[in-house]
Parts: sequence; structure tokens; C-alpha cells
Amino acid sequence: MANKTYRLEVVTPERLVLSDDVEFTSAPGAEGSIGILADHAPLLTALQIGVLEYTKDGQNQKLTVTGGFLEVGDGKVTVLSNASERPVEIDISRAEAARRRAEARIEEAKRGTEDADLARAEFALKRALLRIDVSKFD
Amino acid sequence: MSGMRDIKRRIRSIKSTQQITKAMKMVAAAKLRRAQDKVTAARPFAREIQGVLSRLVGAASDVSHPLLETREVKKVAYIVVTADRGLCGGYNTNILRLVNTAFKNRNDLVLIPVGRKGRDLYKRLNKTIMAEYVGLGEDISFGTAQEIAKTVIDMYSEGQFDEVHLVFTEFVSALTQRPQQMQLLPIPAAKDAEGEGNAAVGPLYIFEPSPEGVLDELLPKYVETQIYRALLESKASEHGARMTAMGSATDNAKEMIAKLTLTFNRARQAAITKEISEVVGGAAALG
Repeated sequence: MANKTYRLEVVTPERLVLSDDVEFTSAPGAEGSIGILADHAPLLTALQIGVLEYTKDGQNQKLTVTGGFLEVGDGKVTVLSNASERPVEIDISRAEAARRRAEARIEEAKRGTEDADLARAEFALKRALLRIDVSKFD
Repeated sequence: MSGMRDIKRRIRSIKSTQQITKAMKMVAAAKLRRAQDKVTAARPFAREIQGVLSRLVGAASDVSHPLLETREVKKVAYIVVTADRGLCGGYNTNILRLVNTAFKNRNDLVLIPVGRKGRDLYKRLNKTIMAEYVGLGEDISFGTAQEIAKTVIDMYSEGQFDEVHLVFTEFVSALTQRPQQMQLLPIPAAKDAEGEGNAAVGPLYIFEPSPEGVLDELLPKYVETQIYRALLESKASEHGARMTAMGSATDNAKEMIAKLTLTFNRARQAAITKEISEVVGGAAALG
């Protein structure tokens, strides 16, 4: 049974990551995870850093998203994000290195008083963990 | 006779210059291709974010945000995107000339130069420089644009200036680049006439967390995107301009070499003729 599909587009400032007809999307919305089927009401939401999942032909696919927006418009869902990758595109060793770097920076920032540094390091850590996580679905 | 040696020396010097300009042209052509790809790749995002913004403002017309609000203009900031290096024809001059006309109209300008050429000029002229970005290099990342945007938004929010314009070179084609000026802040969002014809009707959106919350995220992102686009377009334009300039320099060198070679041959011919007539004249005197 083929579900009704709609167009999902994922764009980052650097490129168009995905443009495909999908049946279902699940995204990390600002106020919790949201699922979108075809004919969803118009919606505009900020996104958290997390995993964007979509279903095409019954197959589940994953993408990373690091913040941004999701817009549900007329038969089309657009995701605008700073960065987004498919599992195959993730360089695990780089992500691991980034994780270690971020962890070291958090330790350092905790001893210091710079709040901004801590927040940035935590964000970097989240991003690294997310990449490591998603890359396992390859 | 020394004339001949001078000509020869000049030909050699022009030849080596020609080699350099030729190499620069080829390098610029290769870099242009990459820069152009980046411009194209960045377009969908810019288009989408523009669309979302105009639909959002259209759907929730009662929202307000500091970055949208016009206020009394006491100081205007110009972000001026130039190249770090010269030898690219009128590229830098055209941009700086555009800013110059703005200077004529008002004296409350402050500057944020991006690129060494603009920075150096305004330093020399003792203009007020709020921030400067030089040596961005070949590969412009979105992070660079974010950094510039953050500084500009912070300064704008603190009231250090009340209007921000972005001056950059629009990349039309490899042969045509157009200096451009656009208002960056406050964001002229009401102009939803751009392509989005149905924006006025606009579906009723659900906003999460709230229209204001979405705007808080969206507007800085919009500014970042505009700056990013300006940087990429300028970079591509720079390479296009350099390619054209170096191409015509190479052609000029070729022409000069041809002319000088002709002069050289003529001088050589004259020298030979003179020598022959001297020999003949000498023989006749003996006879």
C-alpha cells in the first residue's frame, strides 16, 4: 500500500542535500519531535540539533540536522539547516576527533568562567555525538 | 647597433610578462569554475530562506522584531566587499567608486571593509572602520559569513549604527560583473512581491515555538545567508574580472611583441644594408 507522498527538500547554505518524494518525515522540532505525513497543515518551526528521519518506499532513511527550520507548505516540506549529512557522508574518525576535542574544551571551560565557550563546546560535542550516532545507520 | 640590443631586451621582458599574465589567466579560469559552482550551490538555500521570510511576514503581519524595525538613521554602515589582491581590472575600483558616490551624499558613514584592497584604502583615507575582515582566502565557508553577521548584528543592536548596506559585486557571467548595493538591516522584508505571488494570500501557519521565536532564529540566519551570498558572488566576480583582465593583458603583450619584432627586423635589415654599402663603397674607393 503506497502512502501518499510529498516532496521533501533539505537545503544547507552550501548545497541542496536532498530533494525527494517521501511518505513520512520525523524531525527534531524546537518543542519536541514532530512527524509529518502528506497534507499536513502549514507549519513553521525551529529545529534542534538531531536526526531527521524520512520514509521513502517503505525504507527508513536518516540525516543529521544541526538546527535550522522546517517549513510545511503547499505539498512540500522544506528543511533549512546549517549543516546536514547522510550517514555515508560522515567521516567517523573526524567526528571522533571532534568529540574528543569538544570534551577537552568542556573540561577546560568548566574550570574557567567563560560561559560562551562552554555553550559552544557543548554544541560541538552534541554535533559530534550525533554524527557518530547517525553514521552507524549506514 | 645598440638600438637592436635594446629592442631585443624589451621583447624578452614583454615575453616573460606575457607568460605571467597567461598563467594568471588560466589560474583564474580554474578558480572561477569552482567559485561559480559554489554560487550555484548556495542559491537554493538563499531562495528558500527568502521565501520563508516573506511568507512568514505575510502570514503574521503583526510580528515585530528589532531587526525588522526601521529607526531614525543617525549612522549608516557599509559592508564593502573587495578583493585581497589587485590585477583584476576594474573590479576593486568599481566597488570603491560605488561607495564613493554614497560618501558624497552623506558624511555619517562608517565602514566594515571585507578584503584587503578596501581596507587599505579606507585606512589611508582615515575613515571610521568598525570591523575589518581580510585574507578570507579562496574557500569561503559559511562560518566566515556567520562571524561577520554576528559582529554586524551585535553592533546594530547596540545602536552603533542604524542602517547597514552591503556593497558587493554581483556575478552575472564570466565577462560581466555588476557592483551592487543592497540594504541588509533593517531587513526590508515587506517586499514579498519578489516571486512569491501567493504570499499575500498566505496559508495560516502553525508556529513552533511562536512567531517571535521563529523570527529570532530566522532573521539572523537570513542576514548570514545574504552575507554569504555576497561573499561568494564577489569571489566569483573577482576571478571573472581577473581572467578578463589577464586575457587582454596577454593579448596586448602579443601585439607589442609583434610590433617590436617588426621594428627589430627592420633595424637588422638597415644594419645589414649599411654594412654592405660600406663594403661596396670601400671597394669602389680602392678601385
